[in-house]
Amino acid sequence: MQSLDERTVLKRVFSYVLMAILAVIILAPFFIGIWTSFLPTMEIAKGNMFSTNVSLDNYVAAFTRTPILRYLGNTVVIAAVTMIAQLIFCSMSAYAFVFLKFRFRKTFFTLFLVTMMLPFEAEIIPNFATIKQMGLLDHFGALIIPFLTSAFGTFMLRQSFMQTPAELKEASDIEGLNHFQFYWKIVLPYNKISMITLGAYSFLGAWNQYLWPMLTTFSNNSRVIQNGLKQLKSEETFNDWGMIQASAAIIVIPTIIVLFIGQHYFKSGMNEGAVK
Amino acid sequence: MLKTSTTDAIPDKKVNATHRHSFRLNAKDKYYAAVFLGPSLLVLGLFVFYPMLKTLYISLFLTNTLGNTTVYVGLGNYVNLISSPDFISSLFVTLFYVFAVTFFTVALGLLLANLASQKLPGIAIFRTLYSVTMGVSVAVAAIFWLFIFNPSTGFFALMSSWFNLPVMNWLTNPTSAMWAVIITTVWMNLGFTFLILLGAIQSVPNTLYEAADVEGASSNFQFFHITIPMISPTLFFVSTITIIGSFKSFGLIDMITKGGPTNATNMLVYRIYKDAFYSGNYSKSSAEAIILTVIIAFFTLLQFKFLEKKVNY
Repeated sequence: MQSLDERTVLKRVFSYVLMAILAVIILAPFFIGIWTSFLPTMEIAKGNMFSTNVSLDNYVAAFTRTPILRYLGNTVVIAAVTMIAQLIFCSMSAYAFVFLKFRFRKTFFTLFLVTMMLPFEAEIIPNFATIKQMGLLDHFGALIIPFLTSAFGTFMLRQSFMQTPAELKEASDIEGLNHFQFYWKIVLPYNKISMITLGAYSFLGAWNQYLWPMLTTFSNNSRVIQNGLKQLKSEETFNDWGMIQASAAIIVIPTIIVLFIGQHYFKSGMNEGAVK
Repeated sequence: MLKTSTTDAIPDKKVNATHRHSFRLNAKDKYYAAVFLGPSLLVLGLFVFYPMLKTLYISLFLTNTLGNTTVYVGLGNYVNLISSPDFISSLFVTLFYVFAVTFFTVALGLLLANLASQKLPGIAIFRTLYSVTMGVSVAVAAIFWLFIFNPSTGFFALMSSWFNLPVMNWLTNPTSAMWAVIITTVWMNLGFTFLILLGAIQSVPNTLYEAADVEGASSNFQFFHITIPMISPTLFFVSTITIIGSFKSFGLIDMITKGGPTNATNMLVYRIYKDAFYSGNYSKSSAEAIILTVIIAFFTLLQFKFLEKKVNY
């Protein structure tokens, strides 16, 4: 009995040590990045990683000498509008597939599924031409209009809407609710968790866009944060690493906060909607 | 396989029966359908279906520098690509990258998920820490790792100097540049893969492990004979998602290597972009885009196959 307990304890200690080592390795790029964001670039260049010359100068420089706030603002606006649009349009089309009977419903649904197989990266040439013709180059619209809806979001919400209890539909029919009222008052609130999941998903998706904004925006007025960071990195001839790391830290902190808040929903949503 | 996922599968029987009831064909439904479905169809038509067909169309022609089609060449552009050593090498580079990224992402994700699924005090902290890279965007990941790989001031260079090892220039050597991109991609993918696999492992019924404990099966045996088989659908799911994502990689390559050195990391999407927007060779780029689409469509169909099992109970 005694020896068995010892074995369990040893196993636990081993687990903790292994998990801690893995955590340190995974978090190391963060630690290194955030630590150096407090150091003067001169010290970093000399390899003085353990310098005690710590300050917020790099952050002050990033905010005052670079358009990072403008980039952040652009990205927040674009991601928020994309998120709201996808929540509205994906839930509407999902509603049509679950609660409406109309001709070619299966055909349309198959079209949506086919859409999920086509990579946006393969369509950049005609899409660039379309956006150019619409006169939207270097405007927020270029980054929003192609992403107003998503086939994946529709599919995910459809899976969730199908679980809405039939009693609710019956009750609303008795109450005399029309489809708009049933959609707005019953279906959306009932599927709140899936909606939050899609919201987080579409916000982060827009936030992480890289190739498309790189093609369609070229001034600070419309540049988003991912391309802005690249811009800062390549404009600095002398590579002001301290300030670049500070900019990266400024960008990563909001997404991590969104993630921690949304994590619970995200996980349950993934399990309910997309995966299950 | 598409057919089955498009049936109006309504999950449980009770819902099914009553739904059918309320589904008396209502003449008004089609007007509602136009309003509910119209906006999405318009956007998908304009920015997904039209450009796809247009890309296919351009790929069968030669184009001038303005992108206008000139001479019909049939499959000529595809033949040129397949017989070009440059493109074939690019395809192999992409396949190597996709395979390595998927293997290491899933293997490490599984290791982390298996460790973090133990019921130990304080385990929640590790679960949070392991999922943290989900919040990191492409540009941030690239910056963090570019600093680590930097030959003069970088962290790896610094470590080499501590141990008196020769300093390696990660990004100028073709092999190590590829691994630099792979490491960064795996690091970025890890948080998401970990979370999905953790969820799958946690939903394996405990009674299976209890029975194995009674039989005296070792934890290694339990891992390979209970955990892995029980979560194999999820393993398949994360693998296909990772494969699809890696085929579409662009941002990290653009920031870390720009396809170099000597095309060592010049992957499919980067080629599509450069051939169109640098060289103005729109027909070649379109043919490459169609090849990418075929690959992605194949793996997405595989993934639907998985979803189908889960969707149609």
